[in-house]
Amino acid sequence: MTRSSTSPQTATQWRALCARADLVANSGVVAWLDGEQVALFHLPSEEQLFAIANRDPQSGANVIGRGIIGQLKGELVIASPLYKQHFRLRDGQCVEYPDQQLQVWPVRLQGDQVEIGLAV
Amino acid sequence: MNAFVAPIKKETLIIIGNGMVGHHCIEQLVEQGALAHYQVHVFGEERQRAYDRVHLSEYFGGRDAESLALCAADYYSEHGVQAHLHEAVLEIDRAQQEVVTANGRLAYDKLILATGSYPFVPPIPGAEGNSRLVYRTLDDLDAIRAAASGARRGVVVGGGLLGLEAANALKSLGLEAHVVEFAPRLMPVQLDEDGGAALKARIEALGVGVHLSRATSEIVAGEDYAYRMNFADGESLETDLIVFSAGIRPQDTLARSAGLAVAERGGVVIDDGFCTNAPAIFAIGECASWQGRVFGLVAPGYSMARNLAALLVGRPHEAFSGADMSTKLKLLGVDVGSIGDAHGATEGSRSYRYIDDVTNSYRRLVVSADGKRVIGAVLVGDNSYYDTLLQYALNGIKLPADPASLILPVGEGAPTLGADALPDTATICSCHNVSKGAICCQVDAGCTDLGELKASTKAATGCGGCAALLKQVFEHELSARGVEVDKSLCEHFAHTRQELYGIVRVEGIESFEELLAKHGRGHHGCDICKPAVGSILASCWNQPITDPWLIPLQDTNDTFMANMQKNGTYSIVPRIAGGEITPEKLIVLGQVAKKYDLYTKITGGQRIDLFGAELHELPDIWAELIEAGFETGHAYGKSLRTVKSCVGSTWCRYGVQDSVGMALTLEDRYKGLRSPHKIKFAVSGCTRECAEAQSKDVGVIATEKGWNLYVAGNGGMRPRHAELFATDLDDATLIKYIDRFLMFYVRTADRLQRTSVWRESLEGGLEYLQDVIINDSLGLGAELESQMQLVIDRYECEWANAISDPEKLKRFRTFVNDERKDPDIHFVRERGQRRPVKASELHLIPVAEEAAQ
Repeated sequence: MTRSSTSPQTATQWRALCARADLVANSGVVAWLDGEQVALFHLPSEEQLFAIANRDPQSGANVIGRGIIGQLKGELVIASPLYKQHFRLRDGQCVEYPDQQLQVWPVRLQGDQVEIGLAV
Repeated sequence: MNAFVAPIKKETLIIIGNGMVGHHCIEQLVEQGALAHYQVHVFGEERQRAYDRVHLSEYFGGRDAESLALCAADYYSEHGVQAHLHEAVLEIDRAQQEVVTANGRLAYDKLILATGSYPFVPPIPGAEGNSRLVYRTLDDLDAIRAAASGARRGVVVGGGLLGLEAANALKSLGLEAHVVEFAPRLMPVQLDEDGGAALKARIEALGVGVHLSRATSEIVAGEDYAYRMNFADGESLETDLIVFSAGIRPQDTLARSAGLAVAERGGVVIDDGFCTNAPAIFAIGECASWQGRVFGLVAPGYSMARNLAALLVGRPHEAFSGADMSTKLKLLGVDVGSIGDAHGATEGSRSYRYIDDVTNSYRRLVVSADGKRVIGAVLVGDNSYYDTLLQYALNGIKLPADPASLILPVGEGAPTLGADALPDTATICSCHNVSKGAICCQVDAGCTDLGELKASTKAATGCGGCAALLKQVFEHELSARGVEVDKSLCEHFAHTRQELYGIVRVEGIESFEELLAKHGRGHHGCDICKPAVGSILASCWNQPITDPWLIPLQDTNDTFMANMQKNGTYSIVPRIAGGEITPEKLIVLGQVAKKYDLYTKITGGQRIDLFGAELHELPDIWAELIEAGFETGHAYGKSLRTVKSCVGSTWCRYGVQDSVGMALTLEDRYKGLRSPHKIKFAVSGCTRECAEAQSKDVGVIATEKGWNLYVAGNGGMRPRHAELFATDLDDATLIKYIDRFLMFYVRTADRLQRTSVWRESLEGGLEYLQDVIINDSLGLGAELESQMQLVIDRYECEWANAISDPEKLKRFRTFVNDERKDPDIHFVRERGQRRPVKASELHLIPVAEEAAQ
């Protein structure tokens, strides 16, 4: 598996992932992406959408999409529902354990569709 | 490793007596490093290891022997102390330097007598069996309990401190209690005449008979009761049992037969260094006599133990110089305090007296001849004056211009001795000898938590009488250093949970966004404040937690209304109220479990837990359960879980009430109540207590006359016995008290604070709580009841609500864009059921299954 990158040097191919109506406001859902599991978190008041890996490295269970969204010292984070450690939504870095980092993807709303950005 | 170092030969130190002082001596030896020099043996006559005799009466209030123990069961072995319990020392062989027990002999280098005292029973003809009970050990209490079964009236001979404690014990066993005292007043040692009279009036008002100036001449068979006590003045009193509490005598039998010097009035004679007339033998506590005086309180005993331990390891110690015998007690619920020269016996001393015949309160202040110092005091009815007066007396603080103000009713501007007025040498905790200076040191070292302070200094962990003063001093010292204790919930709310609850109630706030906008910081909150506020909103307004504006606040278990397990699957616990279930419903549970291949286990709360359901299966499973008449069990919520019950009078030959019926009523009433933490109930149909109600947040035990209510117990990591809260309640009163108790807990507890910890944090303790709930001292009763009624009226099964709303089911999809299951969830079979695969077993998963992905 290659770590995704949002750096401008890499070309991004946008691909429809699911419908906007599949999202749950201020909470998470999970989409299937070619064998990978992507947790999607939607904050409609600020029109923000995040895509982050669903697998919790601490438990090995696919549960990140069922965590609580929060803000710690200005950073938007998701709290893992099993052991409650926090991951930054923008880059997947775990706040408590530097060695834990989740993959993140660029993601956007296009009309009624949620599109995910894949590096090519 | 140096193989040539000769092992240090340890001396053998034997302690005879495993009471409070004997135990404290061991603690002090451990703490001061004496175990490196001594092999320590302790011999205890009783079966139990050392327990808290100061709180012995709580044994009848629900506490058991284990919870009264002064140390963990493995404390002695952990520190290498050899404990010989239930093994009385029969003889001290001074020539051989050996102690002799029924099991053999053991040589000592040093010997400490901590044999305590025994109750004095005057030689009265006819006193035997149930007419000659005493009140000293747990075995004594068991004997009293046995004698009280079937009895109506009990008499205590002796109106001193212990006698009144014993009378309280008889009262709590449901007996009509009487106190017979030889002297013309109660507590003759501690109280003067007016004080004794005030105490008598208060105690009689509680329904306890008080008979003064009575000498019992004989005990004979009674007519209406088992015995009749004939008094010297020709009067008599009939009773079913008699407890003697007419004073204690030093237990010096061993010392006498070993030829040690014994004082005229009993007690092993010791010098200022606790040494008897035999150089290697010491004595401490109530068995010791210093300058002809015996000290029958725990604080001087502890002081002796501490200083002897220091002496034995060659550390600095204080020679014994007598002890302050001031006492502060609550006897039968009445405050009694006695300080220093309570009788004004000092030559030239003068007294100020405050007498209130209306409420039977009495206070006396004894001052020195020059009128500058407090030398004694008597308090009956209100001990709030005690701490200040004691500090004046112990520290020789100069009296204010109007000394009488110290005992007058507190009004505006009355002078109280603030924590800052105390010198650093002032003793705050006399049991553990903690001075104000020692507390200041801890604060300077960075201690900002009262619990931490108690743990590190042991202050307020002996008799506990100084707890309020300790808190006052601690908080004063903190604020003097500019420390403000941060009680913020999280970075988004600078409020405690209790404050947020008040705001939500008062302002009628119904959403997190509104609360955050008006009283918080930022726009998002976090995983601390969101569930806390979600819980507060549910406690106040009880709207479905799956409603769109509430769902993002919930912890994952509440969001999906099931309990997430380690592999991301869920367990399901339908409500089985009171543990009662029809065969039809039981079959449905079996069928559903079989259909979805769910691991099935019986819970401790008399329910059935179905494990291994995947997210997308939850709505299907619940549709089937609801169809069969089940409703959600809230096993996932910080809310009412279960009301466990025994079968009660319906089936059981011992049952006295319908415990299942009451359990169903209670579970039906409080189901769905969200609270700071989970709440568990139980109802037992008789005192055999098969439902284990005394380990629950709310425990109900049937009596012949109704129900006894216990509160604030729990199992888990730090078990706590529930406390007896009210007795013989009818159904309506029981429910009223529980309504108020639960809502008061919901209103005032911290986030994730169980009722037990909450109850321990309440200033004023159980009595305060009883005052609020039973006597409605805060005038909150009706409000708490109506708030509870709203929660009850709005109850709706959360799963039924969610199933009927397709929008709410959206999150119950494993993948929103794919029908497949989570391919990473694997099970193996064990003992006929599924369980999650372990990491080490992943190779067992068939390759075909992976290929199928």
